[in-house]
Amino acid sequence: MAQAAVSMAGTAAAPAALETTGLCKSFGALNVACAIDFRLERGARHALIGPNGAGKTSFVNLVTGALVPSAGRILVDGADITGLAQAARVKRGIVRTFQITTLFRGLTVLENVTLAVSERLGSGGDIHRPAGSRRAIIEEAYALLESLGLQDDSLRPVKELAYGRQRLVEIAVALGLKPKVLLLDEPAAGVPSSESGTIVETIERLPADIAVLIIEHDMDLVFRLARRITVLVQGAVLVEGTPPEISADARVRQVYLGERPPA
Amino acid sequence: MALLSEDRTVAGAIEIFARRHRFRWYEVLPWLVAASCYVAFPNYLALGAQVLAAILFGLSLDLVLGYAGIVTLGHAAFFGTGAYAAGLLAAHGWGEPLSGLLVAAAAAAAVGFVTGAVILRTHGLTLLMQTLMVATMLHEVANKANSITGGADGLQGMVVRPVFGLYRFDLFGKTAYWYCLGVLFIGWLVMRRIVFSPFGRSLTGVRENEARMHAIGSPVFRRRLVAYTISAALAGVSGALIAQTTQFVATDALGFERSGTILIMLLLGGIGRLYGAFIGVPLYMILQDRFAAIDPVYWYFWIGLLLVVVVMFFRGGAIGTGERLLQWLRRR
Repeated sequence: MAQAAVSMAGTAAAPAALETTGLCKSFGALNVACAIDFRLERGARHALIGPNGAGKTSFVNLVTGALVPSAGRILVDGADITGLAQAARVKRGIVRTFQITTLFRGLTVLENVTLAVSERLGSGGDIHRPAGSRRAIIEEAYALLESLGLQDDSLRPVKELAYGRQRLVEIAVALGLKPKVLLLDEPAAGVPSSESGTIVETIERLPADIAVLIIEHDMDLVFRLARRITVLVQGAVLVEGTPPEISADARVRQVYLGERPPA
Repeated sequence: MALLSEDRTVAGAIEIFARRHRFRWYEVLPWLVAASCYVAFPNYLALGAQVLAAILFGLSLDLVLGYAGIVTLGHAAFFGTGAYAAGLLAAHGWGEPLSGLLVAAAAAAAVGFVTGAVILRTHGLTLLMQTLMVATMLHEVANKANSITGGADGLQGMVVRPVFGLYRFDLFGKTAYWYCLGVLFIGWLVMRRIVFSPFGRSLTGVRENEARMHAIGSPVFRRRLVAYTISAALAGVSGALIAQTTQFVATDALGFERSGTILIMLLLGGIGRLYGAFIGVPLYMILQDRFAAIDPVYWYFWIGLLLVVVVMFFRGGAIGTGERLLQWLRRR
């Protein structure tokens, strides 16, 4: 379904929103990524799962440019971005959130999002006018917060928010960048189950044209959101398939033995 | 950051954002105090001029330390560069002070840009040590280049012409006082403009969370370098002010003590609050004077002890403590 060929000007299948070929990263003898071939289709809802230390977050760091790969290529819409800096990749629409909340804690929720919108529009370095006079940017950031139900917290410093709300701000800051590819690194990590529903709903309501990669330990969440699942073990892809295929796979069951087996 | 307005609509949010950069009544106070000091202490104007120049130096440090979160122990590098630039000009026949300030700003900015381009690639302790090394190296250059700088004896023979060709630098420091006050005012306007601009807010973002700034596509290195260069220029102007008003430059303009003292002054006042230097510099000078009167030998010890107490119990210095006091009063 997600793979249905979207023809581009009559040529062959369109390039993936994000693709890696032979992506490797090693720290000395430790391989955190080992020849990863991965495709994230346009509009995908794709989950990346695997046991602790499988290299899931390292994969995100490689794709966003926080880590430099030892080998391999990263393509966005068919264009090679392997050599680009982090900021340049964000301009291409590669946006991430963080497993451990990584926000401007002393600033208000609205200002967190405003910073992102302002960088996206290329006016983050302006000196010639006050930041508070840019109505359009503040309005856009506020509208985004409204759409996530965060408007009541918009003028509070992030550090005063409950952790579950901070996880939503994580997503809000990323959305302020209008991503084409959104990498959600354990969006519900550390959130009590009573509140994780809001995060699932938020992800479900993301615009359909964004390709979403979700890294998650919570299997309920994965099986509810993902249409495809990739299992990563020790830096290498073990298997990729639809949720039913993955939950039926013997190797996956073995890897997860002792942990919560997929339903 | 108390929220008086409960207007949680987009209009309310825009209003609160816009309010932040508006001038407030208390921002007139430093200038009123400065003007009244001119009348109240006619015998201390030369000292007053030095205090005003030091406030500008503190203001420049606040941009990198308080806003961009770059901890530096070598800010005297730029102060001294500005002082020597203005000093050398005046010693070689270019005594016009305002153009001297501009040259000093350009020289210090150049040093800030070139050294920043190298050292701002590092962070934390490494960066701290590199700022220290840059200043130490310049200090040594000034010390060794005897024929140009006068070395340890200091730069002699500066002749500074009247300001605007009209106001001669007098023995009582009247001209010096107004000259420094005027330049400080312009420097403050520039700083105020910067910190409330999108650029200034993005520096705050870098301070609050650099990883996230990268993740939202901000060119962090460039932002830090621009801030460092602007700060260096302001520090250079401050050094030039002291050189021109005292008509002398010694190597201590580049010394570690100057970098350390301005850092302490700013911490006493409060960093990242625009007014930290306005309070911290005079506060330090007064305390130094009082401590030296009480205990002429070990006054530095008391300054040190005070600093430990401020850092442990009065986070945010004088302004931070004032802010918390106000919040506490409001809550009652």
